Amino acid sequence: MRVKGRVWKFGNDVDTDLIIPARYLNTTDPAELAAHCMEDADPSFAKKVAAGDIIVAGKNFGCGSSREHAPIAIKGAGVACVIAGSFARIFYRNAINIGLPILEAPEAAEALQDGDVVEIDLGSGTIKNLTREGLYQAAPFPPFMQEIMQAGGLINYVRERMKNHA
Amino acid sequence: MGMTITEKILAAHAGKERVTPGELVKCRLDLVLANDITAPVAINEFEKLGLDRVFDPTRVVLVPDHFTPNKDIKSAEQSKRVREFARKFGIVNYFEVGRMGIEHCLLPEQGLVVPGDCVIGADSHTCTYGALGAFATGVGSTDLAAGMATGECWFKVPESMKFVFHGKLRPWVTGKDLILHCIADIGVDGARYRSMEFTGDAIKALSLEGRLTMCNMAIEAGAKNGIVSPDEKTQLYIKDRAKRPYRFYTSDPDAHYVEVRQYDASLIEPQVAFPHLPENARPVSEAQGVAIDQVVIGSCTNGRIEDLRIAAYILKGRKVHPNIRLIVIPGTQEIYLQALREGLLEIFVEAGGAVSTPTCGPCLGGHMGILAKGERALATTNRNFVGRMGHPESEVYLAGPAVAAASAVTGCITHPKEVVGSYAG
Repeated sequence: MRVKGRVWKFGNDVDTDLIIPARYLNTTDPAELAAHCMEDADPSFAKKVAAGDIIVAGKNFGCGSSREHAPIAIKGAGVACVIAGSFARIFYRNAINIGLPILEAPEAAEALQDGDVVEIDLGSGTIKNLTREGLYQAAPFPPFMQEIMQAGGLINYVRERMKNHA
Repeated sequence: MGMTITEKILAAHAGKERVTPGELVKCRLDLVLANDITAPVAINEFEKLGLDRVFDPTRVVLVPDHFTPNKDIKSAEQSKRVREFARKFGIVNYFEVGRMGIEHCLLPEQGLVVPGDCVIGADSHTCTYGALGAFATGVGSTDLAAGMATGECWFKVPESMKFVFHGKLRPWVTGKDLILHCIADIGVDGARYRSMEFTGDAIKALSLEGRLTMCNMAIEAGAKNGIVSPDEKTQLYIKDRAKRPYRFYTSDPDAHYVEVRQYDASLIEPQVAFPHLPENARPVSEAQGVAIDQVVIGSCTNGRIEDLRIAAYILKGRKVHPNIRLIVIPGTQEIYLQALREGLLEIFVEAGGAVSTPTCGPCLGGHMGILAKGERALATTNRNFVGRMGHPESEVYLAGPAVAAASAVTGCITHPKEVVGSYAG
């Protein structure tokens, strides 16, 4: 699957409170959460971001809380993929479990600039900068995680396994 | 080659002789946990599976503690959803307001987590339970839903880092100062995906409460889990509490560590972490005099009886500075009652502090002490991210209970010795 969109660039250690502040955690509704996505980092982000856009950040993206509301808010805002130098582990698991595409690609995370338009092949993990020259390769996912992603997330994966064992 | 305690617990729960770092394993879970923020999302996902039962109703723990007693209508709706789920599925360990506590204070106290356990919780500070010699890690709501359904979870076996603390602690230095110092040393992603194992004679000498505080903040260095090998102190703590049989695992002498870091704990001063990351910890002497508006003593990090005793020792017979709001939050109902019986709550109230029923409340900017624009808090909590306790332009400094109490008296960040001298409590 290919996605193409504008880059919104953030720094290192973007924590889950920046992605979705706790004051909005009294709901589980993706649309409500999306309306406040990245609010404390960029108050107008949710208004500016268009479906298919890409978040690019530095190291340790999604550090802090286990709140799954964070990837839900990003996905709900229409973001097609998050590229980062590295991801905090709970965020990484959550993104895979709910089907938010993420790519660990330190070179791309460094080189891509805010406003660049990039094309990503999610299957192969190649990232192409269409605004300026640049072709990057993300780290491949372990086969087990690819199975979860192909099933459409962890719940579908578990449902199929439980059915097969019944 | 030998195995670390973390590897041994994961191997035992995966039904394997041994595991090696990097290996993916599916583990049997002894306990799964969620709160009023994460459980509703987990329940949504669980319901998609169409099951009429959880894997074991005695091993699912639900603790509405974040926005409780409910702060607004939406939070009340969330809690109601958790309550109704607990009733429908016969969840034995559901803890209602008035009988609850902050989850990571409550579960060890109630003996629900025991040494040797493998535990997941939909809360990042689930790593707290490593202090009992258990493997415990935070996950999201979907992992939790799968755990409630199957009683299993997949893990990548983490590499282990060993942190050895030598020497005798200085007066006023607690587990909080050791862990802040450690995070300042390695950074907020310094243990990302790894296990942090705390050892050395300073850890041996530390109380269980101090160890719980240290393991609690392993996540603030990005770790998968924090852990301390159980010993006679663990045995004393657990023997009358344990609700299930337990087992002590310890690391083999020839276990492999990707990194070993040594600290002379006798050189560590009380620490203060500056905004906006826990890694910004420095000795309190470098923060001396920073004016503050609010002091919070509590949370899953420092809301235990030992923390309240330290704070009360400093506040006894003194008054909270006129410019300061002091908020004290005992971690559980049992701690609240103990503090009441010991006269600690009276000391806090007479000093001019507010005492709250157990709640995560202000720690995550929920309620019970939200900061306005430009305000600054000193808190015994675990995170000082942008906007963590309220307005995005407010600030949070992190410290242990001694610095917090001393600073409440003076109105600015202060070394406890300047208020009371050497610790004699």
